[in-house]
This record gives sequence, structure tokens and C-alpha cells, in this order.
Amino acid sequence: MQNQLTNILQEAKEQLLQASSIAGTEEIRVKLLGKKGKLTEILRSMGSYSPEERKEFGKAANSVRSEIEELLDEKFASLKEKQKNEMFITERIDVTEPGTKFKLGVKHPITITIDEISRVFMSMGFSIAEGPEVETVFNNFDALNAAPNHPSRDFTDTFYISENVLLRTQTSPVQARTLIKQDPPIKIISPGRCFRCDTADATHSPMFHQVEGLNVDEGITMADLKGTLDSFAKQLFGSKVKTKFRPHFFPFTEPSAEMDVSCFKCGGKGCRVCKGSGWIEILGCGMVHPNVLKVGHIDTEKYTGFAFGMGVERIAMLRYEVDDIRLFYENDMRFIEQFK
Amino acid sequence: MLVPIEWLNEYTNINAGIDEFCERMIMSGSNIETVEQFGEGIENVVVGRIVDIEKHPDADKLLVTQVDVGEEDLVQIVTGADNIFEGAYVPVILHGGKLPGNKVIKKGRLRGVESAGMLCSVEELGFLDKVVPVALKDGIWILDREYPLGMDIVEAIGLKGQAVDFEITPNRPDCLSIIGMAREAAATLRSKLKYPDTECQAEEGKAKDHITIEIRKPEICSRYVGRVVTDVKIEQSPWWLQKRLMYAGMRPINNIVDITNYVMLEYGQPIHAFDIRDIEDRSIIVDTVKEGEVFTTLDGTERKLSGNMLLIKDGKRGIAIAGVMGGLNSEIKYDTTTILVESANFNGDSIRSTSKKLGLRTEASSRYEKGIDPNLCGKAADRVCRLIELLGAGKVTKGSVDVYPGKTESNPVSVRVDRVNAVLGIDLAGKEMEKILEGLEMDVSRLGNNLKITPPTVRQDLQEEVDFIEEIARMYGYDNMPVTLPKGNTEAGKTRERTLKDMARDIMASMGANEVQTYSFVSPKGVDHVRIGEDAEERNFVRLLNPLGEEYSVMRTILIPNMLEVLGRNYSRNISRVKAFEIGNTFHNNPSDEEVLPDERDSLAVGCYGEGESFFTLKGMLEELFANLGIHDAVYIPEGNYGVYHPGRCARIMVQDMELGIMGEIHPDVAGKYGIASKCYCSELFLDRVIKHADTERLYRPLPKYPAVVRDIALLVSEDVYAAEIENTIRQTGTKLLESIELFDIYRGKQVQSGKKSVAYTLTYRAPDRTLTDEEVVKIHNKVLDALKEKLDAILREM
Repeated sequence: MQNQLTNILQEAKEQLLQASSIAGTEEIRVKLLGKKGKLTEILRSMGSYSPEERKEFGKAANSVRSEIEELLDEKFASLKEKQKNEMFITERIDVTEPGTKFKLGVKHPITITIDEISRVFMSMGFSIAEGPEVETVFNNFDALNAAPNHPSRDFTDTFYISENVLLRTQTSPVQARTLIKQDPPIKIISPGRCFRCDTADATHSPMFHQVEGLNVDEGITMADLKGTLDSFAKQLFGSKVKTKFRPHFFPFTEPSAEMDVSCFKCGGKGCRVCKGSGWIEILGCGMVHPNVLKVGHIDTEKYTGFAFGMGVERIAMLRYEVDDIRLFYENDMRFIEQFK
Repeated sequence: MLVPIEWLNEYTNINAGIDEFCERMIMSGSNIETVEQFGEGIENVVVGRIVDIEKHPDADKLLVTQVDVGEEDLVQIVTGADNIFEGAYVPVILHGGKLPGNKVIKKGRLRGVESAGMLCSVEELGFLDKVVPVALKDGIWILDREYPLGMDIVEAIGLKGQAVDFEITPNRPDCLSIIGMAREAAATLRSKLKYPDTECQAEEGKAKDHITIEIRKPEICSRYVGRVVTDVKIEQSPWWLQKRLMYAGMRPINNIVDITNYVMLEYGQPIHAFDIRDIEDRSIIVDTVKEGEVFTTLDGTERKLSGNMLLIKDGKRGIAIAGVMGGLNSEIKYDTTTILVESANFNGDSIRSTSKKLGLRTEASSRYEKGIDPNLCGKAADRVCRLIELLGAGKVTKGSVDVYPGKTESNPVSVRVDRVNAVLGIDLAGKEMEKILEGLEMDVSRLGNNLKITPPTVRQDLQEEVDFIEEIARMYGYDNMPVTLPKGNTEAGKTRERTLKDMARDIMASMGANEVQTYSFVSPKGVDHVRIGEDAEERNFVRLLNPLGEEYSVMRTILIPNMLEVLGRNYSRNISRVKAFEIGNTFHNNPSDEEVLPDERDSLAVGCYGEGESFFTLKGMLEELFANLGIHDAVYIPEGNYGVYHPGRCARIMVQDMELGIMGEIHPDVAGKYGIASKCYCSELFLDRVIKHADTERLYRPLPKYPAVVRDIALLVSEDVYAAEIENTIRQTGTKLLESIELFDIYRGKQVQSGKKSVAYTLTYRAPDRTLTDEEVVKIHNKVLDALKEKLDAILREM
């Protein structure tokens, strides 16, 4: 009896040593431990033994059984591991092949630029105000202190719909609308489309975009204008840029200025983008002319304000080094997709 | 305004190098476009005298000259110019010499004859064609007098110099003059301003014996000064005067014309000279013209005049269009002996309108347009006379005839010191302000906080307190002001419309569509190309009065033609797949008379073509857009009559009774118009309505606690039955327990008879508060199937 058990265990060890597949191992299990397996048969034959023998013998048989089961488990585990490793080899891929394409759409570079400018000013407490592209002569010129005979009012400069209606030449009429509609404090920017009678070429477009800004409150100074726009320039072009304010003339502001930033491409050393000067003109600005505030019936003794305006195409062209403004309105997908 | 530094230096001391000077002028408000350099890049060009001229043996148009350049041997030079003569002093470039623009000249042979260098023209020495003196046009530069032979030409004639091109803003017409710029420079550099010499030394006879002047329209001619010069000798101006004109961008013509131009540049006051022989009755009358009068200007052009134009007349006829151009009938000729010098002031608006109507813009008219101080007339006329005297170009008569009915004077303006500081954010003492303003030639008296300021009359731009704040600011220096931030605290915000537009843009881009931007003005033909109906609202354009051309002549009423143009352009450039959108305004005539402005509406256009695109990919995008904007009840109604689209593949998108837009496959004829041979799909939404219906509020619903029961069904229905009808029937009968319906297959083919289709749905039932029993579900599900059969004749197929 004991011999038989020893043989079975021995047989199991030998066979398992040779087994090389999960199926083969399973066969061994069935042959030894299955319903008709050898060990089962031995146990079945125990009926003829005395109870004591049975007890002793059963114990021995179970011990052999668990030993075999243990061996089987080990074998199964090692075979599975082997199988997995083989799978890893056959399933190996070329990770340098390109990924499956997922294409996000791209916003227009003008939109991207307006969004960035807006984000900076919103972080400084400016709200976004908008107005129509077709405007009254009053809002576009008269309210902004433009002289009645100013050449920009000419048919050769401005598109007209009728005597009193035109395509706005700047987004500043939104200033006029806001001043009329709202009491100070006023702190807005207005991005949008503008139009001027320029035939399209590499540097001109009859349609373009501006972002205008206006801040009217008690105690607003020219120093505040400098601080606000200097902070804007640093946020948009990088904390290292410097700003320079040069006197200039606009009918709707006085004193007026143009703001240059130190070239953000070369750091001010002089390059192609800044045409060697180290400075780039970015925007026009100034203290709101009292005549403009009066349009909104605002007390010019109590309130002062500053305003500014910048060309979006110009900024986009400088940043992205686009050399032809017409590309913005050709809408070639190969152009737009570069701004991902 | 080109300002030669050497000229400027005569009236104020430019005590700074050119770079520093430019920087300081820019920072005090005189922006600079460029600095022109003269006499640079010239090497080995010397003074020569032509000793001998012979014809070239083998070329008719060439001459062989022998030139004395101060060496032992004469230099032989072949030239093509015909204005040379023996004894002429000329600039000669010798072998290896350099001209501006890095041109190197070497000796060589011209048609077999040796040439050791070149005789130079004015242009070759670095001047623009437009400033070459009339006498030297198309020829060699004949020097005005004898210079030491062999001397470096740059040194000999003082060719080195700079002219600064100032950008003059429209508020500062006074700066369109050398004296004006000298005033700015003096204030900026804190140096003194000197005025030109205007005192004649010897005068004979009296001006008033030669001429009478009458102003009949004082409202447009505020002053007319006439001075008379006799014994005029017309000749070349001296080189020093020519040079200043040339540096300033003007062509020397002859001494009298040059002096009038010189004084115009110096003072900003246009001067005209008449040949007094041609002034009938020796009388000048300033009056408006008769409508339709014809007048020949000194450029030889006959011009038809219209009413309100101001004309300078003599006793019988017009002799000049005031402030624009003189007449051919009274111009200075080579035998002119007595001249009338006109220095007058005409109204800017009147001159602008005349100049515009005639299409004739001159140096004089563009200056008058911007406004000139009438007080300049007298000084400028005197300066002309003094220069004539200095040049020996004529004898000046005593006095002037000066008609000046109402003298222009500056009104004093009151400026508060604390206001200046409050606006600028600085703390500057009144005394300092006073100093700054006096530097600009203003009269200032200070009493405590108040400055009483009288500006010079040339500064017509200074009218009110704020104008002086600017003067103080720019001279104080913007750079010297502190940098602060506004103290007020405001919340930034966006309107709901702007927020939703930005959202829509983000959603469209996240679905792979690229954003495009197209012109707001379009061709009216666009609506023809997209087959918009004859009487359709889309043809009721807002039109431009002065478009750049027909193709940009109307404001767009729809975005689709632009979108198709973009698709067509990309298609023609072999871009195989495009998915694009645009958010923009459309413009519509306002039916209400009270509103002068047209209606502007936000619109959203989508367009795509290429592999994988279909009606349903486009529809899927729109559905996802709506879902993200909280619009869940959009329905798609078949539309067979909108010309833009394929009549069987077009839908109007409705929410309740509001149309949100339209979508479909572009009609092949329309696609063809735009050169697109592939199927393309477009949609245009009324974005303003979409925004109105959008709902950005989100409410949490508890996640389901109980399991769902899922039933798949396949239905055999007629082709005429719309998917929407099936879904509606299911939804109506499915009770609240029907959680969702999802179409997962449509089949047409072998197992389905023609005229029918098989549509398969997954129906999901769920109760929020319990596990549904099979019985419950079967009951509802059967009702659904019955309804489908009854309403739509839908037959359940075996799955």
C-alpha cells in the first residue's frame, strides 16, 4: 500500500518534470487525481481495510495527494508564466510607429491673439464689451473728438453705408457707447473687427481687428496708464520686456502716447522683427480727452480715464512672424493648423 | 517733414550728437521716421575741370574728354552726357572710386577708347531723381564755381550732412517748418531759438505804387501780403541754398522759385510769385470763382472751376487758384523783371475742398489744409525779400501792401497746477511748469495754483487746459512719470453672449473643426452662386457706398458663400480633407425706420468635405454642440426647396417653433461653382437664437441604484418612415421607465424587401427606486411594439 503511494508520488514527480504544456499537465492531474485517477482508485480500494488501517492509510494518501496538488500548482504557475512571457514576445509592437490620429480643431490665430489679450486684461479687472461693425458716424468720429474735416472721414479712407452710417474704422465707438450707457467706474476692453479703405497687400487689409480699452474712474492718472499697459506687455510678451511711452497724437486722448516694447524676439539687441531698433511699436494710448467724457455726460472734474487701442493682426504677425497679412483671411488649413 | 540738421542748427544750437538728438526729439513728441545721410559712401571722387572735349571716333552718342584733376597728367574719360563744356568744373570719380550704394568704378574701355573714370551726375552722388536741379537733369553735375582741382568732392562742396524725417501729427501744422522744428528742438535741448534775418538793407520805391490788393472774401482769406521786387535777374541759386532744398527733398529750379520754396520750408508759409507785367490793372482781387470758369494752371493743365473756389484775380481775369497753384498766364519767366511776392492766408477747409475737387494737391495746398498762422504772412514775405537781396536777385521796394482785416491773437488759457499733477500722476512745482512752457515760447504768468498761459499764435492747437497738460507732460518726459496701477477694484466679466460664443468656438474646435475668418463684406454674386431664391431675404443687402470693388460691395447676409469659398480654395490646393467653422456677424436692413443701423446677427457656419465626412458626421457635430449648450429638443425637418442644398439631404433645425438653422449636403451645382468636385456638407446656424436657447445650468441626477433591463429590437418599416417618427412613438409609449433609445443599425439589402428598411434600436428600461421585474418590462415593451405597428406599420424582425 505504502509502496503504491510512494510510486504514485514518484510517478507524479517524474511526469511533471517532463510536462511542457498546460494541457499535458492537466492530463497528468486527471491521470493521478481525477475520478478515475490512480490515487482515487487506491483510496477507493481502502474499503477492505480495517478502520485503523484505513485511518493510517488515509492520512498517508491525503498527504501524498496534497503533495501532488502542490506540485501541480507549481507546475501550472510556472507554465502560465512561461506562456505569458511567450505572449509578450509575440505581442511585441514597434512603439516608434506613429500614433493613431486624433485631431483637435484649431482656433484662428486672430481669435487666439484676441483671447490672450483679453485674458490678460480680464485678470486686471477689465470686462469685455462689444459693439456693432456697422456704426454711426457719431459714435465712430464725432463722439471721439475727431475734427469735422479730419481726412480719416473721407470716402477714400472710410467705408460708408449712408451719410450717417459707416463700417467702423476702429473699435473705439464701443468706448462712446459705454460712456453713454454706463456710469463710472468703467473698465472695459472691446475686441472686434474694423474696416478701412485699404487695398489688400502684404501689410494692409481692408478688414482687421483691434482691441480697445477704457478705464474711467476717480483719480485715474497717466501713471496708472503706464502701469496698466506695462503690466499687460509683461504678461503678454514675457516678464523681461521693457516698455517705452512716446508722445503722439490721437483726437480722442490727450496727452497721447505710443507704447513700444523692447523686442521680445531678440531681447532688444536688434533683429529682423524689430528692424534693428530693439523696440517694437505695439499700441496707441492716452488720457481720455474731456470732450469724449462729456459725450457720456461724465463729470470731467471728478473723473479721469485712460484709453488704449492695439492692432491684433500686427501683434499676431510680430509674434508668429507672419509676413503677409492676407494669410489670415485666405484660411488655408495648412496655415491655420500651424497655430495648434 | 525732412529737416536738414545744418539748416536747423542755424536757428537753434543742436548741442547733441545725431543719435542723442533723435532720441530726445522722439521722447518730447517729434517722432522720427528715418535719418537721411548725404555724402556717405563716396570715395576717390574729386573736383575736375574739363579741358578738352572730342567726339568718340566710333560712337555718335559718346564724348571723349580730357580732365584736369590737379595731377601732372590729364585724365581721359568717356562720357555720354551732353551738358558738358570745356572749362566746366565737375565731380570726377577716378579708378577704384566708390559711389553710394557700394558702386565701384574701374577704368575700362568704351567702344575701344580708354576711360580712366567717370564724370558724375547729381544722382550718382546720392540724391534722389526728384531733387536734382532742373539745370542738371539727365546730365553731369556742373559745379557752381571753381573749386581746387583734385580736391575730394565731399569736402570741396560740403556734401556731408543729415536730414531728419520727422513724422508730423495732424495737430501740429506749425511743425511743418524749419522754424517750427527749431522751436521744438530748442525746448527739448533747452537751447535758445533764433529767428531768420528778415531786414532788407537797401529798399527803393514803394510796393504800394506797384500794386493794390482787395480781399472780397475775408472769411476764407484772412490776410494777403504783397511785396514787390524790381530788376529781377533769374538765374541759378547758389549751391548753399540748392543744397538745403535738396536735403529737404525739393528740386532747385531758379533763384526766385527756390527762394519762395525755401521760405515755405523755413516758415511753413506758402509763397507765390507773379510776373507783375501779367497782372492787369496792377490790382489783386481775392474772390470766389464763377461756376464753370476755365483756368489754366502753370503746369499747363486746363481746369474747370466750380463755385466757392477761391481765385486770385487781377483787374480782368484769374491769375492763380488761391493756395493751390498759380496760373500759366502770370508765371515767372526767364525775362521777368518785376515780381509780386504773395504771402497770404487762406482757409484750410476751403483749400482742401478746392484741392479735392480739382484732384490737385500741391505743397502749398497741403499746408493750407492743415491750417497756418496768419501772423506768419508778413515775416515770410520779408524773408523772401531779404533773400532776394542777399542773392542779388533783384531790388526790393519799400514796404508791403498788407490787407489783414482782423488780426489773429492768442487767448490766454488758465491752467491749474494741481490739475496737471492729478492727471499725470506727478508732483511738479508750478515754477517748473512755467519753465517748460516758456521754453516753448509761451507767455506765462503764475498766481498760486493758477498759470495764465498765452501760447504763440502758430500754436493753434493749444486751446484749453488739457492741451497744456500735454505740453507739460511731453517736455517733463513720459519716462519720468511713475508707474502705478489704478486703485479702484472692479470685477471682470463677459456678457452671456460672449461667453456662449467663446464656448461654441471651443466646442467646435474640440470636435476637430478649424476656425476660419472671412471678410464681412462680400460680393452680391455669392447668393447667386449658392442658388438663393430671387425674392429671398438673403438678397436684401446692406450696401457700401464706396466699396473697394464689386466683390466687396455688400455686407454678408449669410456665411455660406464665404465658407464655400474657403472650402473651394483649400480644395484647389489639394487639401484632401477639411472641417472648418466660422463665427461671425451677418447684416440685415433694419425694417424699423427709427433705427439707423442695420441688424447684426451672430451666425455660425460649418463646412466639411473629404474622406469620412457625411451628412451624419456633420449632424453629429451639431448634436454634440447643442448637447454641450444644453439644447436637447432640436428636431430636424426635411427641407427639399432650399437651393443651397441637395433636395433630399437637407434639414431645417428647429427648437419648438424657432428655426435654429439649416444643414445638408451642398447641391452639386453649388459645389461646382466653387470648384469642389467632392461631396461637401455645410450648416449655418442662427447663433443668436442658439444662444437664446442655450442653457448652461447643470443639475445633478443621482446615479442609478437599480439595474437596467435592456431590449434590442429590429423593425421592418417602409423607407418613408423617418427615424424621428419611430423614436417619438417609442418615447411616447415607453413611459417614464424607458430610460434611453439608441439606434444602432439600419439595414437595407438582401433580407429586406425593396422599399423597406430594417432599423434596430436598443431600448433601456430602468426604475429609479426598484429592480424592474420581467413582467413589468414585457408589458411596456409590448405596448411600444403595438404602437409601432399600429402607427408606422413597423414589423418586429427576429434578431
